[in-house]
Amino acid sequence: MSLNNTNTLSRINSPKTTYQYDEFDKDFIRERVAEFREQVRRRLEGSLTEEEFRPFRLMNGLYLQLHAYMLRVAIPYGTLTSQQMRRLAEIADRWDKGYGHFTTRQNLQYNWPRLIDTPDILEALAEVDMHAIQTSGNCIRNVTADHFAGVAADEIEDPRPTAEFLRQWSSAHPEFSFLPRKFKIAITGATHDRAATLAHDIGLRLVKNASGEIGYCVIIGGGLGRSPFIGKIIREFVPRSALLAYLEAIMRVYNRYGRRDNKYKARIKILVHEKGIETIRAAVEKEFAAMDHTAFQQDPQEFERVAASFTPPPYEILPSESSKLAKARVETPAFNDFVSVNVSEHKIAGYAIVTVSLKPINGIPGDATSHQMCVLADACDRFGFGELRVSHEQNIILPHVKKDDLFALWQTLDAADLATANAGLVSDIISCPGLDYCSLATARSIPIAQAISQRFSDMARQRRIGKLGIKISGCINACGHHHIGAIGVLGLEKKGQESYQITLGGDPGFSASIGEILGPGVSADQVPEVIEHLVDFYLAERHETEAFIDTWRRLGHARFKDVLRREGEDGADI
Amino acid sequence: MTQLKHPQILLASNLKDGEVVFLGHNGWERDFRQARIAKSQEEAQTLETIGKADFSANIIVDVYLTDVEITEDGAPRPLHYREKMRIKGPSVRLDLGKQARGAPDELE
Repeated sequence: MSLNNTNTLSRINSPKTTYQYDEFDKDFIRERVAEFREQVRRRLEGSLTEEEFRPFRLMNGLYLQLHAYMLRVAIPYGTLTSQQMRRLAEIADRWDKGYGHFTTRQNLQYNWPRLIDTPDILEALAEVDMHAIQTSGNCIRNVTADHFAGVAADEIEDPRPTAEFLRQWSSAHPEFSFLPRKFKIAITGATHDRAATLAHDIGLRLVKNASGEIGYCVIIGGGLGRSPFIGKIIREFVPRSALLAYLEAIMRVYNRYGRRDNKYKARIKILVHEKGIETIRAAVEKEFAAMDHTAFQQDPQEFERVAASFTPPPYEILPSESSKLAKARVETPAFNDFVSVNVSEHKIAGYAIVTVSLKPINGIPGDATSHQMCVLADACDRFGFGELRVSHEQNIILPHVKKDDLFALWQTLDAADLATANAGLVSDIISCPGLDYCSLATARSIPIAQAISQRFSDMARQRRIGKLGIKISGCINACGHHHIGAIGVLGLEKKGQESYQITLGGDPGFSASIGEILGPGVSADQVPEVIEHLVDFYLAERHETEAFIDTWRRLGHARFKDVLRREGEDGADI
Repeated sequence: MTQLKHPQILLASNLKDGEVVFLGHNGWERDFRQARIAKSQEEAQTLETIGKADFSANIIVDVYLTDVEITEDGAPRPLHYREKMRIKGPSVRLDLGKQARGAPDELE
């Protein structure tokens, strides 16, 4: 069932700024679609039992959720072309219910696909070099990256060529297709960690050594879920040529020693925690020294070939300041607010990075309608060299916008309810789907996010509060990253009711920390009120522009706990 | 006959499309109001036996019993909030799921 007769393939302004599949990639994906089509046919005719079929559907990203199947589509390192975004919209309209949900791993989930349609959906994805392989199962999942990769002003090197190398290395890797548990890798090339590298099984940071050579600082054993851990550095510097071999050595050690007797203790974070980083480091170094590096030796020519896929678009030579932008900011206050909050510094003069928030007040975090997806695709064709990014914060990025075009872009976004000026603010909430969709959830998370955003709907107040990350998970699996939210909310079941545990002091950055529990769980109705009290206390106590996390660290957890205790004594029902 | 503490219904997901379905008197129904209600352990066991057979026949997956109460109009209402969600659809999208539909229909 092809969609190629549509206008999906038109990309008005499309330099090769992202990796393009070669024939090997295309053949591999096509073969996997044909294989899954046959597996679905055999399942429906009854020659495969559910027990036999389940691993096959999970390998292709297809889950069974509360109301329907759910298909998770991979968006490697969060990079999308306008053509691919348009295709995601077409699939939403044709086979789903007209929308998609962008996730905290830079993927997209459809909440209503039918099993019988899934092979056609995968075929439609394959036509634009996309798939759902390894978005589930005990394998190396989609590699995530800094969503400002290649354009950030604070970047040492674009991490996407490395991420693409890792995608190729880890895709259908025969030795790592049946790991003890799932395995997540994140990479950044910047001096600010926008990829939460310390909260992943492996985190990679591009760094320069004393002689100016670029390599990787390798971190292992981070992770969230029921047992959260901050990752530990296993090696400060791995040369580029040795990266794949070193990662192969880590994976071999994990595959060999990772626990398979208890799924809750099977992640590499538990292995690192139980054995200690020194023991794991010694085992990895021993494997690294003993293994044959030949197959993993990086061919510089191949790296250059892949890196060439990520060449910068043909930027114009522009002055760093735009009088057109300055004039529009003065004339249109709402646009001025948008620029102040959602526009970031670009490494090229005259250009900017735009964050499109998928968190309108009272909206569902990460959801975009097919119409909005098409608006974003058209907007990036017109204003951004046909390229988009998905952030782990569940927003969309236009990475290359001329400052002169910002006002026209804003008008386009505003008309599609995509111009909420709240990137990084208190209503830019990360939230998993929770019990509204997920079969693992123990409580709803989306309504909590909506209630908080309603509580803080005054945008001027949000700007006064400043950057503040609230993250909500609907169960202990922590897909909503609540452990690393400055304010985290975890939905649980308590005596047959939904109950919410609040944590403070989480940090996803280079100074990463796991949040501490504030106190007993509260009801859904109470969550916004509790958070408002905490925010008010922070505003009263902060030093000038001090961030929430820094005030919390300076004053200590007990002071914040006292706030709620005092409010309770005063009669507030919290 | 051993009375159950709470009446029960059997629910599952339709293999072909994943939609939640309920075992009724004439097969699997998409509307929970058509669900057959077990009030004794023996009746619940009968439902489970049919469920296991239909699971083996590749009609449904993820089949299980859930506790309900019986409303004034005789319809079952799940006691747990998870199953309350399953009989309706997402609480944040009232335009989707069973709650968005009118008349109950038969499982294909």
